[in-house]
Amino acid sequence: MKKTLYFMKKTDNSINNTLNLTIKPKTMKKTLIALSALTLIFSSCKEEEPLTPKTTDTSTDVNFVFKQYYDGYEVTAADFGAKQFLNAKGTSHTISKLQYLISDITLHKTDGSEVNLGGYNLIDVSQPLSRFYTPAVQIPEGSYSGVSVTFGFDGNDNKDGAYTDLNAASWSWPMMIGGGYHFMKFEGMFLDNTSTMKGFAYHNGTASKMNPNGTRTAEENHFRVRLWDANGGFQVKSGERMTIDINMNIAEWFKNPILWDLDQYHMMLMPNYTAQKMINQNGRSVLSLGNVTSPTN
Amino acid sequence: MKKIAFLILLSASIMLVSSCRKSGCTNPDAVNYDPGAKVDDGSCICTSTSGPTPYQLQIPATFSRFLPPPTIPSDNPLTVEGVALGKKLFFDKRLSDDLTQACASCHLPSQAFDDTNRFSIGIDGLAGTRNAMPLFNHAWNTNNKFFWDGRANGLEEQAFGPVVNPIEMHDTWPNVVSKLQADAVYPSMFMSAFGTSTIDSVLASKALAQYERTLISGNSRFDKYLLRQISLTPSELNGFSLFMSESGADCFHCHGDANNPLWTDNLFHDNGLDLTYTDLGLGAITGNPSDNGKFKTPSLRNLVFTPPYMHDGRFATLDEVIDHYSSGLKASPNVSPLLKNVATGGNNLTPQEKADLKAFLLTLTDSSFVRGH
Repeated sequence: MKKTLYFMKKTDNSINNTLNLTIKPKTMKKTLIALSALTLIFSSCKEEEPLTPKTTDTSTDVNFVFKQYYDGYEVTAADFGAKQFLNAKGTSHTISKLQYLISDITLHKTDGSEVNLGGYNLIDVSQPLSRFYTPAVQIPEGSYSGVSVTFGFDGNDNKDGAYTDLNAASWSWPMMIGGGYHFMKFEGMFLDNTSTMKGFAYHNGTASKMNPNGTRTAEENHFRVRLWDANGGFQVKSGERMTIDINMNIAEWFKNPILWDLDQYHMMLMPNYTAQKMINQNGRSVLSLGNVTSPTN
Repeated sequence: MKKIAFLILLSASIMLVSSCRKSGCTNPDAVNYDPGAKVDDGSCICTSTSGPTPYQLQIPATFSRFLPPPTIPSDNPLTVEGVALGKKLFFDKRLSDDLTQACASCHLPSQAFDDTNRFSIGIDGLAGTRNAMPLFNHAWNTNNKFFWDGRANGLEEQAFGPVVNPIEMHDTWPNVVSKLQADAVYPSMFMSAFGTSTIDSVLASKALAQYERTLISGNSRFDKYLLRQISLTPSELNGFSLFMSESGADCFHCHGDANNPLWTDNLFHDNGLDLTYTDLGLGAITGNPSDNGKFKTPSLRNLVFTPPYMHDGRFATLDEVIDHYSSGLKASPNVSPLLKNVATGGNNLTPQEKADLKAFLLTLTDSSFVRGH
């Protein structure tokens, strides 16, 4: 686009210079031919200038739908504060909030090539529309084996204050523990080992370690997961809108590989380096590829 | 004799000075042109054959840097004429049944458009059950829910309510419309703003909403600190650190941060005020028991102008508010999980920590906002 603008500017100057010349009658014909040629070039350039990313008839839209389950039970906002869940350690708890950030979705073709869709989506289970995400990029037709996503932002994208929509959503991660953004806010109440209801705030983001001198060292804490299609792959055909479900099993946050003890880890997890690394480990099994639907799949 | 001459001279001088200073609309093309006005006060309302003039919001630098553009509904764009009309309506007591109260009677500009009373008193002398909310930065309320309980979807709907509320202005919109329609100026102003001189409640609410969207507060000491124009004191900085620390006061999860200079998440929370609810708040609107006791997070800007605090104005001072979060939390049924150590009343801040937190909160004061209206 920058190159095109530069060319246009240069062309304008050329035209001005040409028009400033004194045109003699003998050269009138040649000048007219030259002007016609320039006009032709100029107009043909304008016609070819792409205003939007070019679409071809061999690509199609893809819609992602983010769904949340608790070991097979689909969780919606209607369950918030109302339904009791039992985690792997046997602790009864409710859910009052579940928000998480997914970025850099990549589709993998069976020939080994990748289609990176970029972007990010903040899913808030209490806001049903946020569960639907349609990247601006269309995907080419072909045979695909699965999807990769980043949970949170990687180091390049996790820039403090850089995303105005996330700022307004109070999604920032405090600078004193690394800055950037939250990757997840998962909250609710649980019955502790004294049978008292307590709140838990299972928040995930940058991990930061306290140094002996009182300063903190921040460490990237995102993870990237490859999600394979359970049926061995799916076909994308031009013009056929694809819908790909990405499922979260909330129960996994509490069980695999670390059996989570809410009595020990329920509050002030953000500055807790150990807790943040544990969340990172358990997070790697929470997402899976769900239904892939299109007229041909 | 000399005294009489002196007095005459003095009176003449005063008259001369006062006539020179008379302000009003000096534009002869305006519908509210004042031939006697010598100084234009910016109140001119001009009709235009090409439709109303788009209004350009003055967006603070910190908002431009960190926040998305303001949310303006496509069916009610801001116009110079619409905002002027909304402002006139906002301060007009004819919006109440007995002509004694305007919107501004309970949303005082000098108090960041809030009321100093715990409960505002309506025209019939009746008190409400909730503290009036201050009015600013509503153009950035991205979830578009208004009032403490979120019952209004959009500022237009919010503006519609108080006129007919029996404990507030206790009028009817048909009656208000009749009063406005009979006025010498309003029909022309509605014509300028909306292309019709036939007044109705929808257009009046739209104008009020337009005016409310122009109430923007973004010029506090902390804004200047973010723009690197000033420094903060060690106490203020420590207060900010406590505000942002999950193991400290942990206010930021609901009340914004340096990247969210609205200082509210515009959402609803149960902040542990009572063991049992006397006011269901959001729950009364949604019908969902898990929303009981949840109220909208107010902005922390301009706290110095907006006491008393909480939805029911139960705390007269900022110190009482800090004490509540430090040691007065109750295990209410839907208490926010973000509140720590509810069983022991809170995080039990030290006196110095409380003082520092308060010092930081006061850096969010925008005196220019209250002076400018």
